[in-house]
Amino acid sequence: MSQIQHAVPDGPIRYTQICTRSTSCSSPPTSSSAAGTEPPSCPGHRGRTPRRKWQVFPGRNRFYCDGRVMMARQTGVFYLTLVLILLTSGLFFAFDCPYLASNLSPAIPAVGAVLFVFVMGMLFRASFSDPGVLPRATPDEAADLERQIDSTSCSKPPPRSREVLINGQTVKLKYCFTCKIFRPPRASHCSLCDNCVERFDHHCPWVGNCVGRRNYRFFYLFILSLSFLTIFIFSFVITHVVLRSNRTGFLTTLKDSPASILEVVVCFFSVWSIVGLSGFHTYLISSNQTTNEDIKGTWSRKEGKDNYNPYSYGNVLTNCCAALCGPLPPSLIDRRGPIQADTPQTAPQSNGTGGSSYAPTQLHSHMCDQDQCIQSTKFVLQAAATPLLHSDPVVLPPLPAKPASLGGPCAYLGPAQPTLPSCAGDVLTLRDVAVDSHCHHHLHLHHLHHHQHFVSPEETPCGTPQGALPCPAHMHLQHPAPQVRYDPVTQDSLHEDSVRGLVKLSSV
Amino acid sequence: MAETHSLQDLQQPAVSSKVFIQRDYSSGTICKFQTKFPSELESRMDKQQFEETMQTLNNLYAEAEKLGGKSYLEGCLACLTAYTVFLCMETHYEKVLKKIARYIKDQNEKIYAPRGLLLTDPIERGLRVVEITIFEDRSIGSGR
Repeated sequence: MSQIQHAVPDGPIRYTQICTRSTSCSSPPTSSSAAGTEPPSCPGHRGRTPRRKWQVFPGRNRFYCDGRVMMARQTGVFYLTLVLILLTSGLFFAFDCPYLASNLSPAIPAVGAVLFVFVMGMLFRASFSDPGVLPRATPDEAADLERQIDSTSCSKPPPRSREVLINGQTVKLKYCFTCKIFRPPRASHCSLCDNCVERFDHHCPWVGNCVGRRNYRFFYLFILSLSFLTIFIFSFVITHVVLRSNRTGFLTTLKDSPASILEVVVCFFSVWSIVGLSGFHTYLISSNQTTNEDIKGTWSRKEGKDNYNPYSYGNVLTNCCAALCGPLPPSLIDRRGPIQADTPQTAPQSNGTGGSSYAPTQLHSHMCDQDQCIQSTKFVLQAAATPLLHSDPVVLPPLPAKPASLGGPCAYLGPAQPTLPSCAGDVLTLRDVAVDSHCHHHLHLHHLHHHQHFVSPEETPCGTPQGALPCPAHMHLQHPAPQVRYDPVTQDSLHEDSVRGLVKLSSV
Repeated sequence: MAETHSLQDLQQPAVSSKVFIQRDYSSGTICKFQTKFPSELESRMDKQQFEETMQTLNNLYAEAEKLGGKSYLEGCLACLTAYTVFLCMETHYEKVLKKIARYIKDQNEKIYAPRGLLLTDPIERGLRVVEITIFEDRSIGSGR
């Protein structure tokens, strides 16, 4: 408690001091890796299993088997896919194969089995592997990029795109506000998974994952082999029914093997979509395009006479080989790696100029980002639905020895952290500016000791910018931030902007 | 007292700044870093050395991502074995990444550390940047 009160006048100085102490404690409050939060344990708890990076992964993914399996958040449709394939194949092997094996050839169930195993293997590989997620920029990198962007323009809004000449074609590289990087060519940010993915094709709900550089071949082989399997099952079930009907009559056949009808129905409806999709992706592979590019018409002739695909190798065979048999890059996110204590802290002086200009630039860029606004609105509305918090003054840090981290995260103008309680964490992104003002409010209100004033259950968070929800987020957010000087004067004006912004959003 | 001070410096060298070498996408999506010599390093090392390091790194990454007979063979073999072959053997890309890690370590020991610099392996930064940490020069002057 007293630490916070003293943190107000001492601000940055105290922060640096505590930083250093914590660094020597080997559990710094700030981590400059994209890993995010650090465990609040002190050296005494070193005996505990070190946490792995997947546990603090900032995207909206789900991890299983201790980080070995990575999927999107919504996996319902994936289970449907699994059930359909398993059911149809199971029924085929149970009801149709005995007859076919004995009357036609035992090779039929054998080939069917191989196809089935291949399909399942490819499905799991496509669903469970990392599609090529780009890890988010470390704060140092982000700050450096911001400085570069600021230095290139003075009056107009800083440019958030770069142009690159690839193979004679001008390609625009966009800046990703969430990941704080300039996206490589062909990369795109998946809004469902909240990650930038290299060579982003599309987000496939059937597979329960994004399809990107690292799992495109598995996805393609999955749909290709599934089309073969579907056609295989369809044709052999028909054969089975026809052969049996010739001997015993159609109705008896249906009585003996009722599953066949279900299989035929499922296969009939699947074959159109799956074979169609395989054909489409075969075209995409041969012209070395992604679904994303094709849908947007990025390389279509209609865009301009000189518009062509700069990534294509020129001939169909090379394009196919490159997509399917090319080298498989390793995962960039190192999900099973242990979270490590950081490298030596950056000296405050050198970051002084960068830090102070950081907040307003971020404010501007964040306010301009429609995506963020939409997300933030959703979360504000979500927050309105969730019950308000503890009557405990949230400014009191339950975390030991980390009061200065309040100063840090306040300046952090980052994306929503899914690991945080959703209302709290995401309201932070909404008020990029208000983040700073919250520090002000926390400390201010702490001084007043008015818990009820701070958090009133009747008021919805939409209406009250003081609605304290980010406070718990502050507790958990031990984010690295460029040291922003706490300045009450600017915070008030910024706060007013945020109020206006919030009121606007709450009327949505 | 001065000795204690420099000892502390040696234990915890203060980072003065970091330079980030961004990716060069002019050749497409392959992994390649810009070889332009950053101005912050002008006082610490010579241009030639730096460009040589970057060029070697670029060559190594190009080798990792090269499309050719060997990579196709590996891809086909993997496909035929339903990618189970990678349970026992590592991919060509991974082998080259290890080579790169050794090269960077070697460069750090021989060239960069004596000048108070540290090259961070780009794989630790998601192949986005080559991070060069510039340490404050205090410990080199005093304590010797």
